Amino acid sequence: MHLDAKIPSGPLAEKWDKHKFDLKLVSPANKRKFNIIIVGTGLAGSSAAASLAELGYNIQSFCIQDSPRRAHSIAAQGGINAAKNYPNDGDSIHRLFYDTIKGGDFRSREANVYRLAQVSNQIIDHCVALGVPFAREYGGGLATRSFGGAQVSRTFYARGQTGQQLLLGAYSAMSRQIHLGKITMFPRREILDIILVDGKARGIIVRNLITGDIERYTAHAVILATGGYGNVFNLSTNAIASNATAIWKAYQKGALFANPCFTQIHPTCIPVHGTYQSKLTLMSESLRNDGRVWVPKKPGDKRAPEDIPEEQRSYYLEEKYPSFGNLVPRDVASRNAKEQCDAGRGVGDTGFSVYLDFHDAIKRMGEDAIRSKYGNLFQMYEKIVAENPYKTPMKIYPAVHYTMGGLWVDYNLMSNIPGLFVLGEANFSDHGANRLGASALMQGLADGYFVIPNTLGNYLAEQTLNPVETDHPSFQDSHSQALEKMHKLLAIKGKRTVDDFHKELGHVMWDNCGMQRNAKDLEKALELIPAIREEFWKNVTVPGNNDDFNQSLEKAYRVADFLELAELMVHDALARKESCGGHFREESQTDENEAKRDDKNYSHVAAWEYQGIESKPRLHKENLKFENVQLTQRSYK
Amino acid sequence: MSEKNISLTLRVWRQAGPHVKGQLITYHLDDVSTDMSFLEMIDVLNEKLTLRDEDPIAFDHDCREGICGMCGAVVDGQVHGPETATTLCQLHMRHFTDGDTIIVEPFRSRAFPIIKDLVVDRSGLDKIIQAGGYISASTGGSTDANAMPIPTQTAEEAMDAAACIGCGACVASCPNASAMLFAGAKVSQLALLPQGKAEREKRVWSIVHKMDELGFGNCSNERECEATCPKEISISHIARFNREFTRAAFVSREK
Ligand SMILES: Cc1cc2nc3c(=O)[nH]c(=O)nc-3n(C[C@H](O)[C@H](O)[C@H](O)COP(=O)(O)OP(=O)(O)OC[C@H]3O[C@@H](n4cnc5c(N)ncnc54)[C@H](O)[C@@H]3O)c2cc1C
Ligand code: FES
Repeated sequence: MHLDAKIPSGPLAEKWDKHKFDLKLVSPANKRKFNIIIVGTGLAGSSAAASLAELGYNIQSFCIQDSPRRAHSIAAQGGINAAKNYPNDGDSIHRLFYDTIKGGDFRSREANVYRLAQVSNQIIDHCVALGVPFAREYGGGLATRSFGGAQVSRTFYARGQTGQQLLLGAYSAMSRQIHLGKITMFPRREILDIILVDGKARGIIVRNLITGDIERYTAHAVILATGGYGNVFNLSTNAIASNATAIWKAYQKGALFANPCFTQIHPTCIPVHGTYQSKLTLMSESLRNDGRVWVPKKPGDKRAPEDIPEEQRSYYLEEKYPSFGNLVPRDVASRNAKEQCDAGRGVGDTGFSVYLDFHDAIKRMGEDAIRSKYGNLFQMYEKIVAENPYKTPMKIYPAVHYTMGGLWVDYNLMSNIPGLFVLGEANFSDHGANRLGASALMQGLADGYFVIPNTLGNYLAEQTLNPVETDHPSFQDSHSQALEKMHKLLAIKGKRTVDDFHKELGHVMWDNCGMQRNAKDLEKALELIPAIREEFWKNVTVPGNNDDFNQSLEKAYRVADFLELAELMVHDALARKESCGGHFREESQTDENEAKRDDKNYSHVAAWEYQGIESKPRLHKENLKFENVQLTQRSYK
Repeated sequence: MSEKNISLTLRVWRQAGPHVKGQLITYHLDDVSTDMSFLEMIDVLNEKLTLRDEDPIAFDHDCREGICGMCGAVVDGQVHGPETATTLCQLHMRHFTDGDTIIVEPFRSRAFPIIKDLVVDRSGLDKIIQAGGYISASTGGSTDANAMPIPTQTAEEAMDAAACIGCGACVASCPNASAMLFAGAKVSQLALLPQGKAEREKRVWSIVHKMDELGFGNCSNERECEATCPKEISISHIARFNREFTRAAFVSREK
C-alpha cells in the first residue's frame, strides 16, 4: 500500500495557501446537496459541524452524551496555544511550529505542524468573536501564560476552564445552525459501524442509547471526531465514556491506525488512592508555572512536608533542567517523577506521589493572585483530597492523559478510506511522539474551524457519488453483525463484570506498555491481552437487554474494542525499538536516561493495517522528511 | 486523605422507563471508603447488583470532575447532595456518617421527564440555547482578538456567568421549574461582552419565548437555584436578564 500524505510542494510557509488555491471548490448552491455525518461534538466535531453548516452543507451530528456541550473537551483546563506574540517575547508562527515539532520529538509532519501554527491565531480571533471570555490584562488585552516545552508565553486561557469555554463557544455556533435547520443533532447515540459503499464512506449505524434501536444514516462523507483512546488503560484523565469504537471500527474496515503506542502520561494528576477509583483527575500543567516540584532528599522520609527543611528537599526538575525547570515537557516530567518514586523518595501513603508546592508563589504574589489564576483547580483538589493546597503542598503523580496515535490521515485529514475524514484527538496528525500542553485544543479547533471546511469540498467536487439507501446490503450486514455481537455479550452470563475486565486490562497496559517499555514486558503483554480477551468472551456478565436503556451493554461494547486495540498498541510499541517523546524504550536511552531516538531507522509514521483479530497487523511506513528543521536530541537543560 | 470505612443504607429511586411506575428500593452497602466519591459508591453497588444479575442503577455521568454537567440527583432532598458548590460526582463519602440512610432520587421537575432510574431528559436546556444563546459570528470573518479591549472586570464577570455547566440543578431545585438562572447566565455573559451587543434584544426575546413554550416556569425569587448551583452562579444574572428584557421591550417598541 502506498501512503500518500498529499503534502503540497513549495516552501513550508506557502504550502497551505498554495494548497487552498489548488483545492477544488463546491459552489454555494451545490453545497446544499451534500449530507455530511459528523460523529463527535468535542472541539473538533462541534467546530467542524458549525463551520460546515455555515458553508451550506447539511450536517447530521452525533454524540454519546445527552447534549453536545458535554463532550470530553469540556474538561480541558489549562489553555490553548497561539502564535500571537502579544507579550512581545519573541514568539512567531515559526517558533510555535518549531516548539511543537521538537516537543513531538520529530515524529510529525512538518507541513501539518506548520499549518497548525499558521491557523492558531485565527482560532483565538474567532473564539473571541463567539464570546469566549478569555482572561484579560488590566488594559483589556488578552492575557497569556506559559506552558511546558516553551520559553514564551503563548497560552490563552479562561481560568482553569479553557476547554469548557472553547467548547461552549463551538457549541453555541452549532446551536445557531441547529436553529437554522442546517445541523440535525442526534445526542445519546453511539456509533456501531461505518458503512462503506464502493469502498467509500457513505454512512454509519448507531445505537440509540435510550431505546436501544439500531439506526441507519447515509451521507456523502463521514467525519469522525470521537476523541482519544486513553481509557484503554482504564484509569486515565479521560471522561468515563471516552472510547475507541469509532476509530476501531474504521480500522477494521481498512483505515490505517498510525502510531497507536504513542500515549501521553501527564505528570500532574491526583494520585491513585483506592481500587474502587473510577478515574484520575488532572491538575493542569499550568500549575507548574508557579508550583515547584520536590521530594525529600532522603528516601523513606515520612515527615510532613512543612517539617522538611529547605536543604533536605530535592527540587529535582530545577536541579536537572536549569533552563526549563518545572516547565519541561510532560514526558520528561513524568519519567522523572517515576524515577524519584522508584528510588524511594515518593511521598504520601502509597509512596507514589511527589509534591507540587505553591508556598513560594504565595509568598511572592499573595494568596489572592494564586486564587484568581488557579482557584477552581485548588478547589477541585481540596474536594477530592480533603487537604488545602494553599497550606499543604499538592501531591501529584503521572497518569494516562492523551493519545497522540490515531487513524492515519493525509494533509487533507482524510484517512486512506475515501470520504472518511478524521479530526481532533482521533487522528494522529500533529503531535508526533509527544503533545505539548495547550496544543490539543489548538489542533481540534484548527481541524474543525479551518482545515476541514477547505479540504472536504475538494473531495466532494472530485467524486461522483451515487445515491445510497439505508437498505443497502452494507447497512444490512453491519446491522446484523452489531446485533449479533450485542446478543452474544448479553448471553454469556458469566461471573465477572465488565469493569473487572477493564481494570485487569488497564493494569497490564500500565505495567507493560506505560511510562517505560521494554521488549520483555511487551512480549508478556502480547500473551496476557489475548488471554483476557478470551476470558471476557466466556466469562463476562452483562445484565439487561439490547432494546432498552442499558449502560452495562454500552460499557461492554466499548471494553470489547479496548481489548483488541490494546494488542495493536503493544505491537506498535514493540516494533518501535527507539525511544521518542512519550514512547520510552528502556533499551534506547542516553547516558543521562533521556529518550534516545534512532532517526536512521525510525523516522517514520507507523501505520498499521488490520488483518483479522487473531492475526498480526501489517505495518506500513510513511517516511518523515525534514527540510526546515534540524533533527536534534531534545534537550531541556 | 484519612480513609475509613462506613456502612450505609441507600434508598434509591428505581423506575424502568418513562411510562412505568417507580419506587424507592432499599440497599445495604458495607465497607464504603470515605475517600470514595458518591458516584464511585454507586459504582460499587452496581458491581454487586451486576453479579447478582440484577439491573444496575442507571445514572448519568461522564467527566467525574464537576465540569461536564452530566451527573446529578437529589440526595436526601437536596439537589446534588448536602455540600454547597458541589456536583454529585464531586461529593465525597466523607460527608456521610456510619449508619446513615441516604435517599437518592432523580431530578424532579416537569421540565425534565424521567428516562430511567436517575436519568432524566434535559434537552430543554439545549433548546433554550438554540433559541438565541449565541453570537452569530461565522468562521473566518473575525477581526484581531485584541482589536476590542475588554476591561478585566467585565471579562471576569462574563466568565462568572459563563462558568455554568448546564446540569439543570437550578431547574430541579426551583418550585416553579424555572430556567431563569441557566438562561440568565447565558444572556448575562453575552450582554456583558461587546461582541454580544448586536443581538441583545433579539436574544433575550427569543429565549423568553422559548422558555415559555417549553413549559419552564417563571422566577418568583425563591433563590433555591443560587443555593444549589454547583458553580455558585449568582442570581444577579437573573436581574441582568430582567433588565435586558425590559430594555429589549423598550427598544423594540421604539422601532
Ligand atoms: C482533564 C484534561 C485536561 C486537558 N487540558 C487540556 C488543555 O489545557 N489544553 C489542551 O490543548 N488540551 C487539553 N486536553 C486534551 C484535550 O482536551 C483533548 O485532546 C481534546 O479536547 C479532544 O477533543 P476532540 O474533539 O478530539 O474529542 P472529545 O472532546 O473527546 O470528543 C469526542 C466526541 O465524540 C463522541 N464520541 C466518542 N465516541 C463515540 C462513539 N463511539 N459514538 C458516538 N460518539 C462518540 C463524544 O460523545 C464526544 O462528543 C486535556 C484533556 C484532559 C483529559
Ligand atoms: S460527571 Fe461531569 S459534572 Fe459530574
